[in-house]
Amino acid sequence: MKRAARYIIFYAGLLGLWTLIAELKIWPPYLFPTPWGVAESLYAGFQDHTYWIAIRVSMQRVVIGYGISVVLGMILGLGVASNKFLEETMGGLLVSLQSLPSICWWPLALLWFGLNQNAILFVVIMGSLLSVTLAMEDGRKQMPKIFGQAGRNLGAKGFKLFWYVLLPASLPFIVSGLKQGWAFAWRSLITAEMLYLSLGLGQVLMMGRDLNDMSAVIAVMLLIISIGYVVDGVVFRGMERHLQNKWGLAPAN
Amino acid sequence: MSNAWAVPRRYPTPAEPRIPAGGAKLGPVSVGLQDGARSTLTSKVGLSEICLSYRTQSGERLLALDHINLQVRAGEFVCIVGPSGCGKSTLLHLIAGLQAQTSGQVLVDGHPVQGPGTDRILIFQEHGLFPWLTVAENVEFGMKMKGLPKAERQERTRHYLRLVHLAKFEKSYIHQLSGGMRQRVAIARALATEPDVLLMDEPFAALDAQTRDLLHDELERIWSETGRTIIFVTHNVREAVRLGDRVVLLTFRPGRVKNEFPVVLPRPRSLEDPEVALAAREVLDELRDEINQSLEAEYSAGVKPHIEPGAEA
Repeated sequence: MKRAARYIIFYAGLLGLWTLIAELKIWPPYLFPTPWGVAESLYAGFQDHTYWIAIRVSMQRVVIGYGISVVLGMILGLGVASNKFLEETMGGLLVSLQSLPSICWWPLALLWFGLNQNAILFVVIMGSLLSVTLAMEDGRKQMPKIFGQAGRNLGAKGFKLFWYVLLPASLPFIVSGLKQGWAFAWRSLITAEMLYLSLGLGQVLMMGRDLNDMSAVIAVMLLIISIGYVVDGVVFRGMERHLQNKWGLAPAN
Repeated sequence: MSNAWAVPRRYPTPAEPRIPAGGAKLGPVSVGLQDGARSTLTSKVGLSEICLSYRTQSGERLLALDHINLQVRAGEFVCIVGPSGCGKSTLLHLIAGLQAQTSGQVLVDGHPVQGPGTDRILIFQEHGLFPWLTVAENVEFGMKMKGLPKAERQERTRHYLRLVHLAKFEKSYIHQLSGGMRQRVAIARALATEPDVLLMDEPFAALDAQTRDLLHDELERIWSETGRTIIFVTHNVREAVRLGDRVVLLTFRPGRVKNEFPVVLPRPRSLEDPEVALAAREVLDELRDEINQSLEAEYSAGVKPHIEPGAEA
């Protein structure tokens, strides 16, 4: 109850400040819109289906790209963690590659795949693959060895050992890496979409700029933030809570 | 009651050539048992000339197990005792096939062990249960890996959970159980795959005294009901005498069989039985030297080359 009250006070204050500055008309409304203007843009955008389509297209891309990243990243991470040669050679490469913003892959992606969906997917994958790989590698190492031994002892081997033992055993150790991977995937997607007429949220954002419609720009920014927040809150928080219930781990905070 | 080791042992330095399996140079691998009839062929688990050496971080080779010979009959309850660092847990990992020996052979039903198999199930000290599965799913796990049909799995799971008195907890997760209950789940999970041999690695070491007493009774009952062969590792001599048909004493590093003590006391036994205490005393007298050596090594060396079972697995 108290927490809800604090939320309301904080956001009411923020909204009030915004309204106040907008109403002072220091800047023209097309550069500094009012909250009502943004709300109207949001309404109009959903009304003519622009935002629905944009959200659907973007979500589709990020789910596919992130999904591929998770599968590839787990295989790679497991490989690196269980092979000394790979660990010594590729381990360092992976860490250094992570300092490269994923959009740097854009020119390469354009040349390889052309101006299409695949180029965007490539950037999304490059954005999140490394986080997932490093998380999986780390998780595999942190995971108590006894689980693998017990699994093999009970007759699990090969893919069954991975699927029924190693993967669930390492999940608590990789969930934060998976979350980080998602955040990177989402950001990479929006960035890539902004560079190319592509129907997604990124393009709608750029359209607002082209039309000098600041309300629309802010409306789309709010959409991008909200989707990121909802996925984090529903999917990953849910996963963390689920793991805590099963494993009996203390809540993270 | 004790029968001393008669064959003089000489342990080779790493440079020396390995003695071939079977120990031809040392004569027959009879380990001074009462009835000479027990050969490798009739025994359930046979260890012959098992050696295990590690390379430590400083590069020197460390002999952990030195020509271990041991024959275990089908249905026998054998307890292995020794000071910490004698490699007794490692021995179980070798039998379980989770780790490979440097030389020698582990035979189960006369066949050399090639890797893990569900005919030998190891129960770990820290139980090794899967926290992401419920109690019932844990018990079911081995059967699921074997590919048994679901109906049979569930029926057997119920049976073995009843056997360890945990039927009411089948839907609980592991963290919701007490230490004693966890070990009982581990026992049920091991039994559910219906192994011939149960390997137990100090399974009750972390439990309080009352729980341990209770589990001793239960284990003795389960053993007599199921007729499994049990190899039980412990550092607690009293526990070994209370449970075992035979107590095998290992030396401090390198681990060698120092002596074997058949326990002929009637069952069911109790830790408090004066006969158990008396027999334990006899074992303990011989163990004391080894414990002192182990302590000395621990205090003088500063850094103890601790060997974790499964370190190379």
